[in-house]
Amino acid sequence: MALRELKVCLLGDTGVGKSSIVWRFVEDSFDPNINPTIGASFMTKTVQYQNELHKFLIWDTAGQERFRALAPMYYRGSAAAIIVYDITKEETFSTLKNWVRELRQHGPPSIVVAIAGNKCDLTDVREVMERDAKDYADSIHAIFVETSAKNAININELFIEISRRLPSTDASPASGGKGFKLRRQPSEPKRSCC
Amino acid sequence: MDEEYDVIVLGTGLTECILSGIMSVNGKKVLHMDRNPYYGGESSSITPLEELYKRFQLLEGPPESMGRGRDWNVDLIPKFLMANGQLVKMLLYTEVTRYLDFKVVEGSFVYKGGKIYKVPSTETEALASNLMGMFEKRRFRKFLVFVANFDENDPKTFEGVDPQTTSMRDVYRKFDLGQDVIDFTGHALALYRTDDYLDQPCLETINRIKLYSESLARYGKSPYLYPLYGLGELPQGFARLSAIYGGTYMLNKPVDDIIMENGKVVGVKSEGEVARCKQLICDPSYIPDRVRKAGQVIRIICILSHPIKNTNDANSCQIIIPQNQVNRKSDIYVCMISYAHNVAAQGKYIAIASTTVETAEPEKEVEPALELLEPIDQKFVAISDLYEPIDDGSESQVFCSCSYDATTHFETTCNDIKDIYKRMAGSAFDFENMKRKQNDVFGEADQ
Repeated sequence: MALRELKVCLLGDTGVGKSSIVWRFVEDSFDPNINPTIGASFMTKTVQYQNELHKFLIWDTAGQERFRALAPMYYRGSAAAIIVYDITKEETFSTLKNWVRELRQHGPPSIVVAIAGNKCDLTDVREVMERDAKDYADSIHAIFVETSAKNAININELFIEISRRLPSTDASPASGGKGFKLRRQPSEPKRSCC
Repeated sequence: MDEEYDVIVLGTGLTECILSGIMSVNGKKVLHMDRNPYYGGESSSITPLEELYKRFQLLEGPPESMGRGRDWNVDLIPKFLMANGQLVKMLLYTEVTRYLDFKVVEGSFVYKGGKIYKVPSTETEALASNLMGMFEKRRFRKFLVFVANFDENDPKTFEGVDPQTTSMRDVYRKFDLGQDVIDFTGHALALYRTDDYLDQPCLETINRIKLYSESLARYGKSPYLYPLYGLGELPQGFARLSAIYGGTYMLNKPVDDIIMENGKVVGVKSEGEVARCKQLICDPSYIPDRVRKAGQVIRIICILSHPIKNTNDANSCQIIIPQNQVNRKSDIYVCMISYAHNVAAQGKYIAIASTTVETAEPEKEVEPALELLEPIDQKFVAISDLYEPIDDGSESQVFCSCSYDATTHFETTCNDIKDIYKRMAGSAFDFENMKRKQNDVFGEADQ
């Protein structure tokens, strides 16, 4: 079965639950006290989608989104971006448009965009109407789901939908150069004359 | 802001980002700010191309032949990484390698008698090279074996040479090497920019030749590595490390004042708010009254639509013009990279000529390099002052980095980082200090 490695970057304001969504997806657990800084910065999970294995390489922001200091490297090469807002905080939905603009500016042109309205288990203190958010997502051709990392609602569905929306492999051949990763050398380098 | 930090860092150049990463990994609470909206400061890669034209006040902007602006990431300083050098060690110890991909620079060339010659990367190339005669090659090989075997801790390897007192000139004499070989060795292998090293004790030169050879042995072709998307990826990678360990990042943040009390730094004022700190790290541009000028560098960024002639169509290379070939004191360098490194549009090459300024007409000084690059589609000329800090920070607790020099590698930058670390921490730098303290990668084992 073909394996595709897919970089996914997370966007959204501090505290909306970006890390919790990924933690639920990768480790199927929830920690309400997740520290917004030290913690997971990179998580991976492989799932089967039709005839392929999709290995999601998920980058977390490491807190750099707090003062709008994400680096271009964060977006580079991403197959998908998940932009998260908190349904109980209208302001996090308002800033969503800023994140979409940021993504259009720095992200790859064909990136799959997903909008996740998190904390949907807290409907009694909801501030963002589902219909409003879905209308906005449709207007920018983005995936839309409401999620609860706490109660494991729609987390897997979010990633399945991303897999579904991805262009097939041959549709977007890599246009730029391919490099290699530095590794520690396993032994003394052989002497070379020059 | 309006908070207390252990360390505030101003400027997101490579030096500052590496120090920020080290401090955060070691449990310091770090605030890192830059007045610019991008990472990298003087060591950034400018994107899109329109921004480069704006920066150099070419108001008409790029012509359509330059392609999509976003395909460009143009380095402001021309440098490569030595494959076995200190920066690679720093990347490996911090695992910032996770965020970066590299390519080997395809060749290194040296200018002699108006032509360029490949610096041999294999024994076969060395035997075939016209850089020196056959008998000279034999003596040179003997010299290289001596260097390779030299161990400053093992006197049996010294062969009568004293690493602390024998000058490099005397070592060359010992092996009966001629002037051509001396020039080649000192400038294309040890990468000295002047000839001052000849009368210095030989240990440093031997170590530099070793670094070159060991770097070359790592991947072949050349001793140099270059990151895809440009050198600006390096500060971004180390900034991410700092952020993962709790560093706070703010871009587009002007610094109104650095607040000192009784000669010691206590904080930074920005947009009316004050962040307090015990120590401050910054690049020279943030404290112009506490630095002194230490020379100038000229860098001419050239956009080409062709590889450089006589480089076997290399899509990346270095050319060294030894100073005595053009009657100067310092070498001139050309660093060339291209679309193959995701720093230019398809079919475009970026060659940067640079040297230490020696006269009132620096552009004339680099003409021998520009002649090698013709025809040039577009030139961007930068003449930069070099600064170094006036004080060592022991009283002020302000630790200023040095400007990026004319070398085409990062060894001097890493030495600056190690020196600042020692002054800040009170103990010698150890690469072990850079290791991550806890796991921050989860999911499947490999990544």
